[in-house]
Amino acid sequence: MTAYRAAPATNAREAAEWSTGRVIRTNLRAVIGRAYPRVIGLTREPSWLFFEIFLPFLAVSAFVFVYRALEAPEEYIGFVVLGGALTAFWLNVVWMMAAQFYWEKDQGNLELYFTAPMHLMSILAGMAIGGLVMTSSRALAVIGIGSLLYGVTYDIEQPLLLAGVFLLTMIPLYGMGMLFASLFLLWGREAYHLAELLQEPIYFLGGVNFPLRAIGAVAGVVIATLPLGVGLDALRQLAFSGSGVQGVLPVDTEVLILAAMGVIFLVAARLALRYLEHLARREGRLTLRWQ
Amino acid sequence: MPDEPAIHARALTRVYKAKPEPVTALGGVDLDVQPGEYFGLLGPNGAGKTTLIKILTTLLLPTSGTAKVAGFDVVSETAKIRRVINMVSGGEQSGYGLLTSREQLWMFSQFYGLPNREGWRRVDELIEITGLTEQRDQKVRTLSTGQRQKLNFARGMLNDPWVLFLDEPTLGLDVAAARDLRDHTLAWKAAAPARTVLLTTHYMVEAEQLCDRIAIVDRGMILALGTPEELRRRVQAESIFRIELDRLPQNGGIAAIGDLPGVLSAVRADEEVADAAGSDRVALKVALADDSAMTSVVTAVAARGSNLVGLAKSEPSLEDVFVELVGRGFGDEDGSSKEPAS
Repeated sequence: MTAYRAAPATNAREAAEWSTGRVIRTNLRAVIGRAYPRVIGLTREPSWLFFEIFLPFLAVSAFVFVYRALEAPEEYIGFVVLGGALTAFWLNVVWMMAAQFYWEKDQGNLELYFTAPMHLMSILAGMAIGGLVMTSSRALAVIGIGSLLYGVTYDIEQPLLLAGVFLLTMIPLYGMGMLFASLFLLWGREAYHLAELLQEPIYFLGGVNFPLRAIGAVAGVVIATLPLGVGLDALRQLAFSGSGVQGVLPVDTEVLILAAMGVIFLVAARLALRYLEHLARREGRLTLRWQ
Repeated sequence: MPDEPAIHARALTRVYKAKPEPVTALGGVDLDVQPGEYFGLLGPNGAGKTTLIKILTTLLLPTSGTAKVAGFDVVSETAKIRRVINMVSGGEQSGYGLLTSREQLWMFSQFYGLPNREGWRRVDELIEITGLTEQRDQKVRTLSTGQRQKLNFARGMLNDPWVLFLDEPTLGLDVAAARDLRDHTLAWKAAAPARTVLLTTHYMVEAEQLCDRIAIVDRGMILALGTPEELRRRVQAESIFRIELDRLPQNGGIAAIGDLPGVLSAVRADEEVADAAGSDRVALKVALADDSAMTSVVTAVAARGSNLVGLAKSEPSLEDVFVELVGRGFGDEDGSSKEPAS
């Protein structure tokens, strides 16, 4: 039988002195560690395929048939398919980012995260990256099946910009999830209801199933506050660039808005996390289970 | 220069906001645990043991007072403390059920910054040590309670912590699993004598078996502190008898026995009476000022309709110390203090 080893440092004070490099490496490893369960979940939970591909695809199909019945421009079919793909990310953000800390608390994981030497932002980043990888497969499936089934033709002139805008959309979207993770935990058991409450309005305000320009002036406000809306509008302009599709704002402007949103949501998430940790330690309620 | 205490607390208090009035979980704790000690906090549910651990593991702020772990302040130097500690709690369900045992440990190893290869090596080592080799590729959600807690132990040892906090670690485990886990902590500590363990438990046997020193806590206060032997000596002056009766005494029952002159305390003994035929039989532990008081006990028992069927003088145990200090047994308040099988 293998024996227990002795710790390498000579005393605890010495062991607690970490270089900046070690701190950074630990946080990077924590990101990978926390992303792992989500990535590996791709192969472990086949039932998710049903919920995250088939169900969004049903919603997409319903709108496709409505647009076909109304003889809407053919790009609208592509809009809906693209919106359906982005829906998968929004669902992931609401249920597996925003509500996650609340569930982690009940499992007892949150206590362990608090007492480990990495920053909690690394845990959130790991959750986000893992979720992004996991959901990308679902989103690609929705796009692939939808495009084949409904004959969507894309007209992409700037594929690199399209990829860049997609990634830029994900930063504020998951940044919002990171922010909500702390806020949902603060709001306690209402988190579940809050997630449900947020889900449908954002579908609407994000313009998942219709072009944002269709809602007129309100769209301007929406575009300035919701990463899903502004990102989707920019992606649609880039994916169907030759068809004369007009967005709410030019793509360049929307890119700047997305970049600003990314910074704002990440900073807000960091501040919310700091407040959460302080409150958790002061009140003693947030990290203890069943409270 | 003597070593800095691994754990140091002075006038440590913690008050929880509650209605109708605040609850004082810790009422001014002074404590020094030296490096290399296996230190026990023994007390019933609600004694403040877990609150103390939460403060020392940086999960909770003290209301007042100071506390240090490895010389670092629990309020202002949390990052340094978190690099040298780990914690395992009883009934812990941490991790993710879809991961295998091996993957789960690796994931936690990353939170402590172990390099990838080193992490896997350490994981495999701990899986072997804790006897989970057959379950290494089994999903965590399919593990039994005992296996799950072994996994938690392995998790707690991933970073070779200098101070390991064990909060009721054998809670709910069966005999063999509890014994295995106790043996693991002893073996782990023996491998590096500078390691410190702070154990909270309400199992007397566990505390006596594992701990170099024990603090008996109740209602947020340390009532006594010393080695098990020192604590036992506190009640050595009294005579402890175990008396077995054919039925519970009537007219005031056990309390009436406890009120007799020369009787310091009388509580129902935790262990079951062996004779299955006499299902009404009860066993009492009676602490007397001196042996002569037993005469009045025997007389009082007979007067209350019970017959003495067994009598033995007991060596004092930690429970006797607790009863002496608190005036009641663990089970008298919450009914949950069954001794673990050892």
